[in-house]
Amino acid sequence: MSLPYAWKEAGKLTLPVMFGYLPLGAAYGILAVEVGVPWWAAVMMSLVIYAGAGQFLAVALLAAGAGLMELAVATLMLNSRHLFYGLSLLKRFQGAGWRKPYLIFALTDETYSLITTLPAERAGDQALAFRVSLLNQAWWVLGSIAGVLAGSTLAFDSRGIEFALTALFIVLTLEQARRLRRWLPFAIAMMTGLGALLLLPDRHLLLGAIGAASLILLLHYRHVQRREANA
Amino acid sequence: MSTLSLLLFIGVCALATFATRVIPFVALAKHADHPLILHLGRYLPPTVMMILVIYALRDFRPLLDGRLNAGATGWPMMAAALIVALLHLWRRNALLSIIGGTGAYMAMVQLGWMG
Repeated sequence: MSLPYAWKEAGKLTLPVMFGYLPLGAAYGILAVEVGVPWWAAVMMSLVIYAGAGQFLAVALLAAGAGLMELAVATLMLNSRHLFYGLSLLKRFQGAGWRKPYLIFALTDETYSLITTLPAERAGDQALAFRVSLLNQAWWVLGSIAGVLAGSTLAFDSRGIEFALTALFIVLTLEQARRLRRWLPFAIAMMTGLGALLLLPDRHLLLGAIGAASLILLLHYRHVQRREANA
Repeated sequence: MSTLSLLLFIGVCALATFATRVIPFVALAKHADHPLILHLGRYLPPTVMMILVIYALRDFRPLLDGRLNAGATGWPMMAAALIVALLHLWRRNALLSIIGGTGAYMAMVQLGWMG
């Protein structure tokens, strides 16, 4: 496969993320400049931190004059769902070579979703995963730069465009369902997701739901093992 | 805030974020073939995906504190989500489903339909 074609393929895959990351990145850039973060620092954060909600939080903490300890704890808490993402990618990222550190660094919700939903014959293609990861971050950084430059004078009425990320998650869920043909993970997700929605405050919702779901999958694993041992 | 303390702030945040992403790979590097890890590798992605959908739609709260709540974006969001799902079941073209649903949502929000 030629190189331009390979990037085109990755570009097409990341198009929905582009629709989400450009406006969200711009919103982040606008907010950062508004609370007094220098433009270069706002862009640098998108380059070296690269976490949507994490950067919004960081900017808010920066404006509030929070300490480094507070920042570290809040960031770890907010992003700890990524621990579970890594768990399910251990095998897939094996043998990724020089690309592996970046693949791990760039593991956002959206990138995780895209690369775990690649068709089975492309699942082991680390080069494709790398291109998808890099392009996704490029959209995020470009969005941030646009936000920093434009400030709040952005003329284009883009209200609602961030729904592209919701739409992406819906499409990827349907693709996962088609591939797996098992109801179990979706039942677990409904249970833990709706449970967390009812019981937990907004900021702990994702971690609570994903943590609980991982625990249930662990119990399910033990159940399957015991059944196989008895059979 | 001095440039140095700003850089320190960014560095701490970057390290904490990277830590959450890299810890499993470092701590469990030798166990990638363990059946439990393979089990999680198979079932966790679809579970997370569905949770992300629920999370993304969390502003839809027809009942809030025991009272009927017609939020500004709740109903358009559910309508657009339905459009995405139906489009995708019908044509199975990811880009079409996403652009169709997002376009419909933007129209509803900007024109104030179903608000």
